[in-house]
This record gives sequence, C-alpha cells and structure tokens, in this order.
Amino acid sequence: MNLERLEKLESTFNKLGEFLINKLGNGEYLSIELSSEKTQFVRFNRAKVRQTGLVADGNVKLSLIAHQRTAFITFPFTGDLNIDQENALESLEYLRKEISQLPEDPYIILPENKGTTREVYLGKLLDPATVVETILPGAKDVDMTGLYTSGQVIRGNANSTGQSHWFATDSFCLDYSLITPTEKAVKGIFSGQKWDNEKYENQLKNSKNQLLALNTPPKQIKPGEYRTYLAPAATADLLGMLSWGAISESSLRQGGSALRKLKEGQTLSSKLSLQENFSQGTVPRFNEYGEIAPDILPIITKGNLVNTLINSRTAAEYNIKANGANLSESLRSPELAAGTLSSNEILETLDTGLYLSNLHYLNWSDRTGGRITGMTRYACFWVENGEIVAPIKDLRFDESLYRFWGENLEALTNFQEFIPETNTYGKRSLGGCLVPGMLVNDFQFTL
Amino acid sequence: MQINLEKLLNTINIDADWIGLRHVTETTNIRSVRDGKPQTNGRSRTKGIMVEVLAKGQFGYSATNYLTPESIQQAAKSAYQQALSASKWAIHPFTIDQRPKAVGHYHSPYVTPLDRLSTQDINDLLFKVCETLKVSDKIVKASASAQITETEVQFVSSNGSDIYQKFFWITSNYAAVAQEGNVIQTRTDNGMMARCYQGGAELFDVENTLDRAKNIGEQAVELLAAPDCPTTTTQLVLAPDQMMLQIHESIGHPLEIDRILGDERNYAGSSFVKLSDFGNLVYGSSLMNVTFDPSVSGQFASYAFDDAGLEATREYLIKDGILLRGLGSLESQTRANIPGVANFRASSWNRAPIDRMANINLEPGNSTFDEMISSIEYGVYMESNRSWSIDDYRNKFQFGCEYAKLIENGQLTKTLKNPNYRGITNQFWGGLSQVGKVETVEIYGTPFCGKGEPNQAIRVGHASPICVFDNIEVFGGVA
Repeated sequence: MNLERLEKLESTFNKLGEFLINKLGNGEYLSIELSSEKTQFVRFNRAKVRQTGLVADGNVKLSLIAHQRTAFITFPFTGDLNIDQENALESLEYLRKEISQLPEDPYIILPENKGTTREVYLGKLLDPATVVETILPGAKDVDMTGLYTSGQVIRGNANSTGQSHWFATDSFCLDYSLITPTEKAVKGIFSGQKWDNEKYENQLKNSKNQLLALNTPPKQIKPGEYRTYLAPAATADLLGMLSWGAISESSLRQGGSALRKLKEGQTLSSKLSLQENFSQGTVPRFNEYGEIAPDILPIITKGNLVNTLINSRTAAEYNIKANGANLSESLRSPELAAGTLSSNEILETLDTGLYLSNLHYLNWSDRTGGRITGMTRYACFWVENGEIVAPIKDLRFDESLYRFWGENLEALTNFQEFIPETNTYGKRSLGGCLVPGMLVNDFQFTL
Repeated sequence: MQINLEKLLNTINIDADWIGLRHVTETTNIRSVRDGKPQTNGRSRTKGIMVEVLAKGQFGYSATNYLTPESIQQAAKSAYQQALSASKWAIHPFTIDQRPKAVGHYHSPYVTPLDRLSTQDINDLLFKVCETLKVSDKIVKASASAQITETEVQFVSSNGSDIYQKFFWITSNYAAVAQEGNVIQTRTDNGMMARCYQGGAELFDVENTLDRAKNIGEQAVELLAAPDCPTTTTQLVLAPDQMMLQIHESIGHPLEIDRILGDERNYAGSSFVKLSDFGNLVYGSSLMNVTFDPSVSGQFASYAFDDAGLEATREYLIKDGILLRGLGSLESQTRANIPGVANFRASSWNRAPIDRMANINLEPGNSTFDEMISSIEYGVYMESNRSWSIDDYRNKFQFGCEYAKLIENGQLTKTLKNPNYRGITNQFWGGLSQVGKVETVEIYGTPFCGKGEPNQAIRVGHASPICVFDNIEVFGGVA
C-alpha cells in the first residue's frame, strides 16, 4: 500500500467533510460517503495479455436532508482538496435547490453519531510493472484466461453529527480459468492481501492437475433428477440469489421475495444455517447510513428464518427494528454453516450422480415459488459408484430452493471455502461469502 | 466539456507509437416513487480521462479523474509502462491501423429539450403513474422511476482523430405488483427498464404514459385469476418486448468476436459460433434478417463512431438465415481476420473498450399480427421479459415472460400467468415461421448489458417485429 497516498486521501476526505459540515445551515443534515480505488487490471487470454491498464477513481456521495426532504449527488473525488472542495460546494448548492422542489419523504433517516471506526489493512502487492512476468511464465503450457486485479480500495463515511468511518484495504485477485482443447475448464481464484509466489505456483499446479480429469470426452446427460454434489463455488452462486429479491425485508413486504413461504412458517432442512458474519474484516461493517452491523446476525437457523435484512428506511416505513442492513438489504458477509461430510467422503457418498464445480447465469424462473434456473459450468462430472467417469456437457437446471435446501438437502461438507466477490461493475467490490459444498437429492435438470 | 483535450494531448511526453485521450463526462438524474412516496432523487456525476497508448504492438491504458496536465502526463507514463511490460506477452501485435484517424461528431436527436422538464415535472408524472397503476386494492406495490443521462465523449489522438459525441439517454420503469392470497404477479412497462431511448422531453408524454400505466395495473390484477401457462410443445408467438431479450441473448452475444476468440471464457463465456461459420452457417430460417444498426434515430445505442474511432455503419449480420458478419471491432477483426463492425465500446472513462452490441435489430417480414394469430390452431403468445438465463456458449436458454395469452383456433383466448419457454439457439431460430410486418416493429433496449473483465454494463438497443416460432417447449410456474 502506498501509505503516503492513503494518508493524503484520508486527510482530504476528513477536511472535505469538515468543510461541508461547516457550510450547513439550520435544519440541514448531511451524510457523506466515499468510494475510491487505485487498481491495476490485467486481462489474459490463452496465457497472453489481452489488455492491461490502471484506473484511479473515486466518488463522493452527498445526501442532504432538510425540511423532511432528501436528495443526493455524487461527484468525483480526486484527492486534491482544492478541486474536491469546489465540486463539493457546487454539489451542496445543487442539493439545496433540488430539495426545494421535492415532495416530503415520510421515511427519512436522520444521520446519527453512532461512533467512529477506522480499519486499514496493509498488503504486499506486486509492482504493476512485474505482474505479467510473475503470473504468465507458470501458465505458459496451458490455456489460461482471466483477470488479475490489484490495488487499494477505500470506503469512507461521515455525517453532520460527527460520525466517521474509514476502511482501506490492499487486495489482489487473480480470477482465472484453465481451459482444455475440448473447451472444458478448471476455474480458480487466487486472492488475498499479500502476494505469495510459492502459494501462487502451488495453486496453479493444483489447477493444472485438475485439468487432467477433464481430458476424457464429455458425456451427454439426459434431463432428469439426479443426486448432485455442488462444490462451494456452486453453492455460493445459489446463496447469492438470496440477495436478489429474497432476504430483503422490503421485498418480503412488497410481494417481491422468494422467501415468503419461510416468513409464513415453512421451514427448510434443519441442516441449513445462514448468518451474516462480519468478524473476518473483508468488508466494512458500516452501511450507507454509517450504521454498524452486528458482528453476527443469524438469518436462517436450523432451517428456520429467524431474521431478514432490515435497513433503517424499511424499519421506519413498517415500524420495525433495523439490523444494520445496507440500502439494498443484500447479504454483505454471509456464512453458510458447515456440515459433517468430509472431502474424502464426497464421491463415495454421492455414489452415482453429478459433481458440479460451478454454476452460471442464475435467475428466478418463478420467484414467488422460489424456483431458480441456471447452467452448469467449468469442471462438472458424471460420477458412478463413487468414481468420476467423465466431464459432462453443460446442463440446465430448474429447481426450487424449498427442495434443494429443504427435504432434498442430504449433507453439507465439514469444510467451508471463502469465495471472494469479484464484481468490478463501476468499481471493485469487497468481501465474499464463506460456504461449504452440499449434497442434494433429486436436483432437477431440464435441458 | 471545459478541457482542451488536444492541448493536453500535445503536452504528453512519452515515446509511444500512438496516444489517444478519451474524455467522458456523464450526469444522470435518477428519480423514483413507490406507493405515492418519494424513494430516490439523486444525481450522479462522473468525469475522467482514459489515456491509451500503443507501444511495441501492445496497448496499455491508464484512466484518472484527476484532470491536471501533470496527472495526465503521469497517466500516460503509466499506460506506456503497462504496454511495455506486457508487450512480450501480447496476444496480438497491434498497430495504429486499429486506431484510424477519424473526425466528426454526433448528437442524440430530440424534439423538446430536456431542460424543459423540471424536477417537479418529472416527480409529478411519476406520482401520477403510481396513482394510475393502483387500479385496485389488489395492487400491493406501485412503482415508477426515470433516469435521464447526458453524456459527452471527446476523443483525440496523436494521429489526428477528433470526435465529439453528445448523448441524451432516457430510461423509465413502471411496475405494479398484484397479490391475492398466495398468488403474486408483477407487470411492468414492457419488461424491467426495457423502455430505453435517446431523445428529449417528448419521451415523457403524459397521456401516453398514463394509458400505459393503467394497462399495467389492470393486467397485473388480471394475471391473479389466470391459469398457469400449460406445459407443452407448441407454436410460440413473441411480442417485440420479449424478442428484444431473445435477440440480445441468442444472436447478439454469440456473434461477439471477442467471445469467439476466447477473451470472455473466464466470465461472460464463449460462443457456439466458430470463426469458420461466418459466410455459411445457417443460423435460422430464411425469414431471419438481422442488422447491426447504430444509425436508427432515437434507438438507445445509436452513435456515429465507436471508441476506437471507427465510423459506425449499418451492416447485415444475418441475411436470409445465413450468418454473414460478427460483432468484432478493429482489434478483433485483425485477430480473427474476418469482417466486423464499429462496436469497440467502453462503459465509461474508467474502462477500456471491448466488443459490444449496439443496436441489433431483427428486420421486419410480411405478416400482420392478425394473420399470425389466425394461422395458429393452438399456441401461446408471450409479452415482456421477466427471467433470462442462457449457457456460456449461448445455446441452451430458458426465458420467462410476464404475460401470455392462449391461442386457440386462430384466436387469442385465456390470459396465462407464469409463461416460460426454453430451447437451443440454432434449433429455435430454425423454427422461425412468421415475421411481422414493419407495423408490428417496436424498439426497446437495456442499460445493463454486462460483460468484460473488468466488468462493464453498457447500453444496447433492440428493435423487432412480432414473430412466430414452431415446436417450442413452453411451461408455467411452480405447481
């Protein structure tokens, strides 16, 4: 991490906050959010460089509240106080004019001072000039495709009551696929805060070894119901669907949730427990309001829905208690509890069926019914009598979460894997989820 | 744009073979209302410069929102260093031919300037939409939102390019959720955020908007009492607001040359189409004619130049069912050695351009809507996308719609809820048996076409007539 740059950005953000708060008039409240990053992106195809570059970006979001009305504006954060102050002042004036034309909002959340936090995670990242020479020589003999992302990510938050939060972390992520001539692939993610060349070489070696299992010609599996093992990355994809119209309290209240049946008392398998767990520090605990989420928030305990995600605005609207959820009431640091199935028992217990490493392009096919469709992807195999027979041609599944997390959930693995969030739409995401693999009976494949 | 980009370019001192600066400023106003209460009133502003350089056959880039001459010089140095450090491992030895000199400009068409609409005007309309959507107590959620974006892009380069393009993008979304007991149904304005256009204040015509809102509310309630779509294999009629998604997923993406070259295999996926297929693959029935057309006035992804500076022109991708041309930029064209189009596009200043769709349109045929329906003894007519999923080779898809009608003995009869269908791309398009006349063509789009590493969401447009497909597997919701 470039400490000098980081200190300058933190100082600029703090001064910008003070500057703006001093400009507020009576009855005006302001919250200030920052996201900033300096990132290197190197894109690979066939173990060559497709594109390479750097992005230095930052945005401040101001939310002004006055006279029971609110509006926001985002503007670029450069780290140069003079430029940022000028933009900030212009933005504040815009908000004042804007608010005067808006209707009253009955569910406004006034900023509060709930304390100050500061988390800085220093890393050891590759020098941008050495990345290609470090990563590619080991992959020369394979068709490696993917993205290396590295750099500093910052999230900040302050408000006119004096609250402030600062989160900065160095991190890297090499998200890659090793692909066979028959176009089957092993997917891997090598990520962290400190690059370790030995670990990288070991992981790449393991991925290359896994490629060997994909050399057999792929087997066409007929649509139908199969015993299916979903590896942690595949489980993470299914878990991710809960953040899209499921676990959000507002979506439940407004007819948009797949978990309505759980809210009404239906239960899932007693093997299934899900919680938000912020103790790992991979993602800021503060939300857009600057509120701090509890370290642990149980969501589903032994198959029972015990909490939904409730942000302060939803809480105000429905007169219920908030639990630190973000604006979209989505999972930020989910952990699915492990079970009892050990890694060396997976194939034997599966016996005959499908082993799925990854899924692809999930969507609700019937949201209120909790039904999800999607595809198998990468290293997926047909298994007979506990032995891998062949990779499979991709299959489409269409299955209800009330079945695969309900009566058909046979086992969860006794180990979990951290699946990092690799999303880079607009900006780099933080965090990820901690999940086991799972064994399911009668998983439905349709095409 | 208040920056003399050419002057900035001239101050850059590096030993590159080519330098380009792309300056983007974008302001989006976002407003949303739900159940008569304001939800969001906000403005997002972004601006920055992408410095791109070519050195030793490799492009390198560095993008920044700190727009001082010193910062841009530093960015150029970094981009140069990136290019040099990767040049030994370059996937292709690129040249200046992939960044041709181009000079010109583009401006989104409009009838009434957007500044005629005040904050209050738009909010008033959104409140009225919510009110109109709530046709009965069974509507448990009524929401309305609008996004108005103004984007300016200036591109200058060391070989003399100077392009200025200014866009006005408007997206709206109106939705009603109806509930009765355990049945919940959602109806929207032609699918989630499908109404995307370039234009001005005329796109917020109050009378037309409120007529649509009333229909959305009424159909949401109508769906509550409707039976599920039957499970059968039959003739399927798709409205243009579902054809949009069908074209996007099963024609647009598989024809992107960067996917075929393997760039996307770690993220968005590859394609069932091979480079050798261009010029001879029978993609669908002989009624199938598909164009890449960035010249349609008011369509969401119209422009005059792509982000490499290539002039954008209308091209046939598929003619009479035969695959002719792919969606490949100058970089992809030289790598693949096949013809392409002007589709090298970046989502903003902070991302490098890649092969994207623009407007991908299915050209009209000869059938009227009445002729199509009356020719069908038994089938299903579906409108408005609500669910989409397709494999990474763009073969096996499953799509769901909001609203359907049963077709019996040449007539539209019962309303059906939870309509879905699935198929395999090549077989599906082979079953295209009727294509609607130009009178049935409607234009839609999406602001959220996702692709690329790092990820980029980009605006695309799709125009289509109503179409009939034979032997399609359709089905309903959870029993």
